[in-house]
Amino acid sequence: MWALFRQQILARGFPNYYWGVSETTESGQAINLDPWFGHYAERASGLSASEVRALFAVASRPEVVSLAGGMPFVRALPEDLVNGALARVMSEQGPTALQYGSGQGVPVLRQQILEIMALEGISASVDDIVVTTGSQQALDLVTKLFINPGDVVLAEAPSYVGAIGVFRSYQAHIEHVAMDNDGLIPDALRAAILRMAAEGRTIKFLYTIPNFHNPAGVTLSAERRPEILKICQDAGILVLEDNPYGLLSFDEDVPPAIRSLDDEGVIYLGSFSKTLAPGFRVGWALAPHAIREKLVLAAESAILCPSSFSQLVISEYLASADWMGQIRSFRDVYRERRDTILSSLAEHLPELSWTVPAGGFYVWVTLPDALDSKAMLPRAVTELVAYTPGTAFYADGGGRQNLRLSFSYPTPENIRIGIRRLATVINGELDLLSTFAGTGSLTASAGEDNVISPPPDMS
Amino acid sequence: MSNSKPLTVTVLAGGISHEREVSLRSGRRVSDALQGRGHKVSLADPDASLFANLVASTPDVVWPALHGFSGEDGALLGLLEVAGFAYVGPTAAAARLAWSKPIAKTLISRAGIDTPESITLAREAFRELGAATVLGLISSALGESLVVKPASGGSAQGVTIVTRADQLPRAMVDAYTYSDVALIEKHIAGVEVSVTVIDTGDGPRALPAVEIVPLDGVYSFEARYNAGETNFFVPARVSDAVSARIADVAVTVHETLGLDYLSRIDLIIDALGTPYFLEANALPGLTETSSAPIAIEAAGFETGELFEALARRAHEAGARN
Repeated sequence: MWALFRQQILARGFPNYYWGVSETTESGQAINLDPWFGHYAERASGLSASEVRALFAVASRPEVVSLAGGMPFVRALPEDLVNGALARVMSEQGPTALQYGSGQGVPVLRQQILEIMALEGISASVDDIVVTTGSQQALDLVTKLFINPGDVVLAEAPSYVGAIGVFRSYQAHIEHVAMDNDGLIPDALRAAILRMAAEGRTIKFLYTIPNFHNPAGVTLSAERRPEILKICQDAGILVLEDNPYGLLSFDEDVPPAIRSLDDEGVIYLGSFSKTLAPGFRVGWALAPHAIREKLVLAAESAILCPSSFSQLVISEYLASADWMGQIRSFRDVYRERRDTILSSLAEHLPELSWTVPAGGFYVWVTLPDALDSKAMLPRAVTELVAYTPGTAFYADGGGRQNLRLSFSYPTPENIRIGIRRLATVINGELDLLSTFAGTGSLTASAGEDNVISPPPDMS
Repeated sequence: MSNSKPLTVTVLAGGISHEREVSLRSGRRVSDALQGRGHKVSLADPDASLFANLVASTPDVVWPALHGFSGEDGALLGLLEVAGFAYVGPTAAAARLAWSKPIAKTLISRAGIDTPESITLAREAFRELGAATVLGLISSALGESLVVKPASGGSAQGVTIVTRADQLPRAMVDAYTYSDVALIEKHIAGVEVSVTVIDTGDGPRALPAVEIVPLDGVYSFEARYNAGETNFFVPARVSDAVSARIADVAVTVHETLGLDYLSRIDLIIDALGTPYFLEANALPGLTETSSAPIAIEAAGFETGELFEALARRAHEAGARN
């Protein structure tokens, strides 16, 4: 009926805008495309994507050299090793692999994890390990257990973007503590603790990535580890030690884990993502027994149990393959890429400064004063290169003068191309800024608190 | 008059541009809507194999849901034209006119429509003539309330609303990060509206104007693409007379620039009810947070139904070479 009426109006040559005017909304009523907009919990307030994150979409194009991600080079893992493990699991333990398992994780795997941690000096009980869906989940559960809104987490400056996201989701106050080429600075830690006390705040834990830091690339020196530990012990602060990269050393082994010095005041997080493959989503937490009890209950509440399937395949792989040999293969691949990125930086961007990682995936670059890595990203997209702006790794707006480069995934040739392009970006931006030098403040605005980290499946 | 034969449609989405993510979302929505009407749709990301694939698959219609350069600047449309594919969208020449905001403003102005006073400057102008001098000239000519934007580009990327002269240098840098040419306009306080214009073969018609009220006052990239951060009023809360003028202006813009099928005209209506032309979009966003779909639904169309009508028209029109 209405369609006929509409047709007649149009046939009479009435201006087109008359039809449809009052058809759907009552006049004066706003349409909000999210009907639940006013309903979200406070802790969800930071969960909206930013303009910067949308720019990362181009990184999935092969024409773009992405130095932004941090995906491991999983192709270096021989397929038949995984296929073999998979086949054996299904034929020997099929029903178990397909069934719910213990909320704490498969006992055999936990035993094997003990052996892996022994390489970093850690001795512990199988009972104190909780297997999680990636160590990212362990990070989330620990934060959930300890953080009330407003509680303080001490984190390095910069810190891992995934951790910052977790801490913010529990409404923690993140206080960054300075690092240098030897990692977290003990005096800076002391000063931060005093500062928080003076502000009447409660510190719950220190979050640290001591080995081949993401994003800074540096490693906490052997001398500083007991000192940092002692500072925390004296202040009654738990240490959350996150170690996904410790076994990916290129030159010498890393110093023993902080956990190896204390089993009461340290929660240690480990992962198979970089030493095996991230697709399995298997990581773990090693915690003092009382905390471990709560972690198991929290994990069960979050996921019921970690993937039986993934755990058993990993367990079978560890039992039958030369996994340490495979780690050595990975080290060779990443060492070559590290060497390539460092030599390319020296060749194309000698005026910049950067950290020299002795393992892991990342180089942390410091830009000249005038530049802003976040504001510069659109230019990088035009030049077909991607990096992660330093601002992603700070909760307090810092990091504008830095960017993180990841060398794990691109081939050495692409790394060279990427750095050449980055040089074009930086020179272009410097050129633009020099045109406007002296005309006023050229500091970019801070912008919203939205999510600016790249998604995990971006190379 | 129902054409029951389903069409094979290739929707182009993605591309390499600052708006890739928006394009992927638009393309997905178009694809879903057409599939819902029973058509056979495939999604393709324009790359080196695109044209070989198109020639091999010979779709009835190509639908470029591309945003940003290569799509909206007419380059890819021009190639579709010469290659003889039927597609939903304007001619490459029309797209090029709309893509350059300064050129669009000039043509629209000649057609008798108001547009904010402005100046267009390539970054070389600042280098050659001295940044301080040029900035001073801009401020004295246009005042302190300005909108600075890249001369080409969408989704509010690189756009800054300037309220004081000392914000202008940074605003220029932000615009030049996206494009070598920037447009500086006098800021007009008023009601922001977007008008979607459709043409299913009977000539252009303006859909109800959508009034855009971002919660924090600025229709930034985040306000556009995070659901909930902007309120929309459709029809726009203006008098009937103003509403009529808006529709008229939108259709005139669409025709003047030679746009076709589906376009979106962004206007600002000042306190006296005068519509000012801001920009025209030859390939408007069709994401779940875009305003064109809001207008389409307010007009009583089911989105899939309209998209189908546009696709059929393109198919009947055939190749443009």
